[in-house]
Amino acid sequence: MQTNRSMPVLLARFAALVLGALPAMAQDDRPVVAAASDLHFAVAEIAEAFSVETSMQVRLIFGSTGNFSRQIREGAPFEMYMAADESFVAGLHAEGLTRDEGDLYALGRVVLVAPNGSSLTPDESLDNLAQMLAEGTITRFAIANPDHAPYGMRAMESLITKGIWDDLQPVMVLGENVSQAAQFALSGNAEGGIIAYSLALAPEASTRGTYALIPEDWHEPLRQRMVLMNGAGEVAEAFYAYMQEPTAREIMERYGFVLPENE
Amino acid sequence: MDWTALWLSMRLAGWTVAVLLPVAVLMGRFLAYRSFGGKGLVEALVMLPLVLPPTVFGFYLLVAFGRNSPVGGLWQNLFGHQLVFSFEGLVVASVIFNLPFAIQPAQRGFEAIPAEVREAASCCGMSPLASLWKVELPLAWPGLMTAMVLTFAHTLGEFGIVLMVGGSIPGETRTIAIAIYDRVQAFDGQAAAIMSAVLVAISLFTIALTYWLSARMGRRLS
Repeated sequence: MQTNRSMPVLLARFAALVLGALPAMAQDDRPVVAAASDLHFAVAEIAEAFSVETSMQVRLIFGSTGNFSRQIREGAPFEMYMAADESFVAGLHAEGLTRDEGDLYALGRVVLVAPNGSSLTPDESLDNLAQMLAEGTITRFAIANPDHAPYGMRAMESLITKGIWDDLQPVMVLGENVSQAAQFALSGNAEGGIIAYSLALAPEASTRGTYALIPEDWHEPLRQRMVLMNGAGEVAEAFYAYMQEPTAREIMERYGFVLPENE
Repeated sequence: MDWTALWLSMRLAGWTVAVLLPVAVLMGRFLAYRSFGGKGLVEALVMLPLVLPPTVFGFYLLVAFGRNSPVGGLWQNLFGHQLVFSFEGLVVASVIFNLPFAIQPAQRGFEAIPAEVREAASCCGMSPLASLWKVELPLAWPGLMTAMVLTFAHTLGEFGIVLMVGGSIPGETRTIAIAIYDRVQAFDGQAAAIMSAVLVAISLFTIALTYWLSARMGRRLS
């Protein structure tokens, strides 16, 4: 019987294929650093310099500050947490999940961006945005989700200060974090958005549009704090220290961050 | 191209298939041959992941396996790390989420075996195990293969659950689907395009394989 022979052979082949995929469970002990999305390009560059200089490596993951703090509460195995807003670090510290209260590492800024070819021309006062909104020419406008992303909260506050938050609601699209908001805002599918200055300055984004800095007194400050978690090892400690050294500080400044001592 | 992520997805799919193969054989066979009160309910439960949003499922998993849950606590004590945000956690999620893709085609495969064939096997003095190995599996294998191939392909495409319980850790929970999402957010359209094309190719291949298998199964029955 032909099937009787071919079936076990095929099943065995398939099992071999599947089992072949099983090994290689080698433990990766490079520490995981959870960093706010506005750091996407800046901290990636710093981690690169860190590994060249020290031949130690970290695994970077980027996302919304609020999501990371939720995941840390749920037991995520991060060794270092770089928040876009210090209140999230304070919350985790109060629950005893962090080593200490951490350090302020940067002050962030928000910018109004418009992609190339958009009818919106970014200006610091947001006048052009308000005018176009009144004329009904804004069809989509992107910010990060203000429920859990600090840059979304600051964008919301800026728009409230300008008095156009309510009018923008019908055209608002929310990114899960600020780099998704930047992707929405600069993809050409929206007239613009409010994103992190550091993302607007990144080469990957700066060629796609124009920006204008929003006055810093229009919103609460973006006091960005980092902290080591309880389980942090030596490599994470070294990276934490490296963040405060000249190389890292120079990179952070290049991405538009104001550094704590230079306030 | 994030090879680590592709390899991780392959491993996740491999583990899911390995765990689900015996489950598919036992459950598929059971559901195909037996009728009992509440069978409809069991079949509905098996099919539930097909219609349930992954976010609902991800939410329940976080509740059930999180740090403060009994299962999560037991896992932490046994293995020294959390079940959520780990590769093992993804395997658990993936196994449950793929139940319909594994059991349903297996059940169809067993159902396609005429009752007389099984009766003949037992009349010939074959034990149930011998009957399963020598008669039923050879006849039901297109269904089982379809089940395994579908499970493998579906695992590669999983996104919502992984996003909720994974945490996108490179080499542990950053699957290829999550890597594409990350690359798009980083304005790295080129990497996203390459990885997407690879996934399209793999998916197309597996779907073609399942069609070919079911055509074979159809021919055998006619």
